[in-house]
Amino acid sequence: MLGQLIVTGVLVGSVYSLVAVGLTLIWGLMDIINFAHGDFMMMSMYIVFWLYALLKWDPLISLPIAAIVTALIAILSYRLVIKRVVNAPGLMALLATFGLSLFIRNLAQFLWSPNYRFVGESILSGKRFIIFNVVIGLPQLVAAFGSIVMTLAVAMFIKKTKFGKAIQATAQSKDVAELMGVDTEKVYMFTFALSGVCVGVAGTLLSGIFPVYPESGAMYGLLAFVIVALGGFGNIWGAFYAGIMIGLAETIGGFYLGTQFKYAIAFLIYLLVLQFRPKGLFGW
Amino acid sequence: MRKTPLLVILLVLLLLPLIVRNVNFQHVMLMTIIFAGLGEAWNIITGFAGQTSFGHAAFFGIGAYTSTVLFYKFGISPWLGMMLGAVFAGIIAFLVSYPCFRLKGHYFAVATLAVAEIIKQLFVSWDYVEGATGISIPVVPDSLWAMQFHGSKMPYILIAYGLFILTLFVSISIEHNKMGYYLKAIRESHEAAEALGIDTAKYKLLAMIVSSMLTAIFGTLYAQYILYIDPFMVFGLETSMKIVLLTVLGGLGNIYGPIVGAAILIPLSEYTRTYLGGTGKGIDLMIYGVLIMVIVIFEPRGVLGLLRIRKRRRIEYGKTVA
Repeated sequence: MLGQLIVTGVLVGSVYSLVAVGLTLIWGLMDIINFAHGDFMMMSMYIVFWLYALLKWDPLISLPIAAIVTALIAILSYRLVIKRVVNAPGLMALLATFGLSLFIRNLAQFLWSPNYRFVGESILSGKRFIIFNVVIGLPQLVAAFGSIVMTLAVAMFIKKTKFGKAIQATAQSKDVAELMGVDTEKVYMFTFALSGVCVGVAGTLLSGIFPVYPESGAMYGLLAFVIVALGGFGNIWGAFYAGIMIGLAETIGGFYLGTQFKYAIAFLIYLLVLQFRPKGLFGW
Repeated sequence: MRKTPLLVILLVLLLLPLIVRNVNFQHVMLMTIIFAGLGEAWNIITGFAGQTSFGHAAFFGIGAYTSTVLFYKFGISPWLGMMLGAVFAGIIAFLVSYPCFRLKGHYFAVATLAVAEIIKQLFVSWDYVEGATGISIPVVPDSLWAMQFHGSKMPYILIAYGLFILTLFVSISIEHNKMGYYLKAIRESHEAAEALGIDTAKYKLLAMIVSSMLTAIFGTLYAQYILYIDPFMVFGLETSMKIVLLTVLGGLGNIYGPIVGAAILIPLSEYTRTYLGGTGKGIDLMIYGVLIMVIVIFEPRGVLGLLRIRKRRRIEYGKTVA
């Protein structure tokens, strides 16, 4: 039983990780808490759903489209709102993203009603295999695999490419980066797009497992905050490991204490771990 | 002289609902006063001491639930429940302060959010308080003892006004006292405050307890007014964020901030809901979201920031002329 729980936990956790990676990029770079992050993901899930409902496209085929459109939503949000409050004092940027979250969530409700929707048949649905008595659903496995590949790609991008280095430089010191010829404005916008791609992919991978409705992204967004803080702000691999950890804690704790407590357990773990590592597991 | 604007605001808050006897308007007025009070309470820990709490709904909910359970199960007066709720909120604040205050900045903010979420989830699955279903408060004939008035909204407004004055009084007393200066020193630089010999842990803890107790009393009033509570409503992130929103919007760390913020945001939210919320399509919250963004974009220093800049400009102008 424990084997099953661990496998399930890791699979769930890797998707959490990808959502959190998108959030930690922005948090680390701009010191902005993006409350609308989970709602970006919800929009991507709706894109996948509609491509499925109207054109019978499989989620895996819609994946690039969902990722690109979500990135565009993120860019639009940046250009129209975030850009204007990046340098505002105190908590103002946070309020702006909260307003953005309210808007996107209720726009979805206005356009598509609060009803639950499901992506019914896909190439993956219903398929599963059993190894050593551990049942693994193919959609879950693909979701986890896709999340890990995406996280890896983002990490490599940040580390190896010139643009990635510009992101790192801007995160360390915006002024110095500007003196070195980095167009920080562009870096901000591009990072928002990258963050959008992350949740776009995560949303697509989840759409076969999780119902699609306006609040779809809410709990994922909230858990992503906890994961980002647990991993250390701006730390991609920190977010990755913290995501897996929260997935495991939620699944194992939920099984032994009751599923209604699974999120409470995740939050409790956060409080406990930070007692020993006040800047997150991988913060410095 | 400094007190004149405050007295004018207080008088307006009291007289407006007396003059305009429209029930809808009185409801908006009541909500504005309650949320202005919540903002003042939150301001003590976040505005003065600089510790951003995203979890004040926890204390609001504890206040609401304590009095409601006592009234509903044992018929105990909400007035007593209000005091007990404040004590409970203070105890919870004391208990969570130790682990949370070890954290700084965003880490602290996320921790308070986590605490509120944990408490919410516990209430959702706690059968004794009806879990997710929530509690409908039994309706009894009008009485001050039961804090229920069905004939008029005026008694609720007067109670809210009284609680607001109490909160304001506590807040002003703290601000102009040793404690207020210590808290502001902590806000400006934690390290420097400690180097000066300020017992930062003690003063932050005190601020948190006072802030939570004041938040809880409004929870009781809110529950008695709405006559129904459930964990999502009183412990929800939306409640915490509304308090954050209006205070920051008005002006953080300023006595007038929450009043100005509540006077803008609460009518905005209540009226969009009244006129556009009936369709169940979320148009009201969409517009509310857009308005928040617009306000923040055009006035990123808070409304009071705008006024202060204007004032400074005028003085500078006067100097150059002279």
